[in-house]
Amino acid sequence: MGVFNAIARQFDRATIIAFGCIGVLLLIGSLAEPAFLSPQYLIQQLHVASFLGVVATGVMLVILLGHIDLSIPWTIGVGGMMATGAVSILGPEWGVPLAIPFGICCGALIGVINGLGVAYLRAPSMIFTLGMNAVAQGLMVYHTGGFAPQDRATELMRELTVGQLIPGVPNPILIWIFVGAAAMFMLNRSTLGRQIYAIGNQERAVFLSGVDTRKVILICFVISGACAAATGVLLAGWANRSYQAMGDPYLLPTIAAIILGGTNVLGGRGKYIGTVAGVILITILQSMLSVVQPQRYFAQLGLDFPADTFRQVVFGLVIFGMLLIYGRQQLVR
Amino acid sequence: MNAPTKAIGSAPTARRSGPRFRLTAAQRGILLAAGIFAVMFAVYGWKQSVGLTPNVINTAANKGALLALVAMAQTLPILTRGLDLSVGAVFVLANCLASSVVVGDPMMTGVGIVVVLIAGLLCGALNGVIIVYGRLQPLIVTLATGAIFFGVSLAIRPQPGGSVNFEFADFMTRSTYAVPHSVILLVMVVVLVWIPYRRSVLGRAAFAIGSAEQAAYMSGVPIERAKVLAYALSGFLAAIGGLLLTALTYSGAAKITIANDYTLNSIGAVVIGGTSLFGGVGSAIGSIFGAFVMRTVGDLLIVFDINPVLQPLFVGIVLLVAVSIGSLRILRIKNKLDLYR
Repeated sequence: MGVFNAIARQFDRATIIAFGCIGVLLLIGSLAEPAFLSPQYLIQQLHVASFLGVVATGVMLVILLGHIDLSIPWTIGVGGMMATGAVSILGPEWGVPLAIPFGICCGALIGVINGLGVAYLRAPSMIFTLGMNAVAQGLMVYHTGGFAPQDRATELMRELTVGQLIPGVPNPILIWIFVGAAAMFMLNRSTLGRQIYAIGNQERAVFLSGVDTRKVILICFVISGACAAATGVLLAGWANRSYQAMGDPYLLPTIAAIILGGTNVLGGRGKYIGTVAGVILITILQSMLSVVQPQRYFAQLGLDFPADTFRQVVFGLVIFGMLLIYGRQQLVR
Repeated sequence: MNAPTKAIGSAPTARRSGPRFRLTAAQRGILLAAGIFAVMFAVYGWKQSVGLTPNVINTAANKGALLALVAMAQTLPILTRGLDLSVGAVFVLANCLASSVVVGDPMMTGVGIVVVLIAGLLCGALNGVIIVYGRLQPLIVTLATGAIFFGVSLAIRPQPGGSVNFEFADFMTRSTYAVPHSVILLVMVVVLVWIPYRRSVLGRAAFAIGSAEQAAYMSGVPIERAKVLAYALSGFLAAIGGLLLTALTYSGAAKITIANDYTLNSIGAVVIGGTSLFGGVGSAIGSIFGAFVMRTVGDLLIVFDINPVLQPLFVGIVLLVAVSIGSLRILRIKNKLDLYR
């Protein structure tokens, strides 16, 4: 009974609605295209979702604190480009085995600077991480001289992204499960997790309780940077190379996924399972829109809309629909 | 502040009237941003090989005015302690719409301009209505509406192209006696939109909401109308920016990078202009100078012969320095508890 309760506590209203929406989406999709319910398609979607899932894990911690990390796009870029560029920076002897740790450490370093700025300088996180994003972009552009980097992903990176340790399950899914389980354990069972939720609610009170809140904030930003860089490493392995702006399509889906999962943007409330639901929901939504191609139906009516129109509009409308169901705030009274 | 000599009187008078001559936080922000801009632009003019010819000034003004309008649009929601991540998308939407409707004879062009401005106003009002009556977070609402607005602009202009009334475009981007028309436009927006808004009941209500929404509500401030108006005016200003962009490029293009670039840079410009991201303090005038600072960074790189691809690095550093200046206040804090909200 105790175990059952512990599991049930993880599913708040938002999470259940998000999972319900995933089911409804798949059902509607399967009416149009039966292949949507096939195991291959679902595994493939989880594979794609795991990239978003890893980066969302880190950002969720920051959002739970009541801050935000807008440096995600280029931290992903830094992770990917530093991992593939490690050979030319560290030399061939060290560069190949250390490629992945090097990429993740560079991302964590960005997180350290973000954390120092937000926690110790008390700068608004939105603008500070925005500035860091630009700085990271500038450094990467400087590193490559404005061209696409020529470095290839290492064998290990390829293996991590496309290989299958368990037959039928691509490795990124395992990585996401591992990262997610660690995050869930931390949020629910560790002091750090309790402190994160508490800071999101009232940092002052946490400080008065004798917690070094600045350290907690710093740690969360470092984790966020490391997770983003890890996503960058995975993406570089997937594409077999790194490229400029590889992280650009990830900022909005990441924030949207976390918020669709019921995490309060102002911090202090949210379950990791909700983020998982949000990530899967966003991924399936994006995939379905590119498979179903609603523009074909409009083309029959003589209206020529580009495919991206629907992706953007539906994306926006779904976020509204979900939020109006469960994201509403208290009235000011 | 008109007469500093007045402050020097007999000691008791001076003490009593002292605070009256102190600048508000917003005014200090404007002065700081204007000062930084003046220094940067002076360096730019000095290093420039041809000097500050009317042409050079006009180009710089046009570039800066685009961001300045978007930054002013961003200021209004931020003053209410909100945020508008869709300003860039409204800007692009206005650009795409203008490249289709601001054409033909003067009558048609005039109607087209009005259509574009109203479209911007409606986009902003939609944001405001959803945020106020849907009771949702501005950050996520404008993220979502931004996606929708961008989708609509793609539908209007799938491929870059279109055209604009040539006389109108030329007039908007020309300069008369070395005074760029885009600067006149900015001054007109300040005089006709910002100052009346700042002095109106709903404008002051916006500041009150930004300082303390609960207290504002208790004092009978019309919170809902004030917020909707702030977002609607934000869309309106972004649409003016879109019109100016159309006049500069003679075409419309729905590019997500343009939308994102302007949204992000507008937040930076607002902060450099001395507006607090926590609401209640600031001015759209500061944002204008903030925008010009952001744009002059790029110009400075060119005259100092630094690879222009490094522009993001320097813009980022300017942003980080700007927020770090703001955090100098932690040195003055006596009680450590004041650090934490």
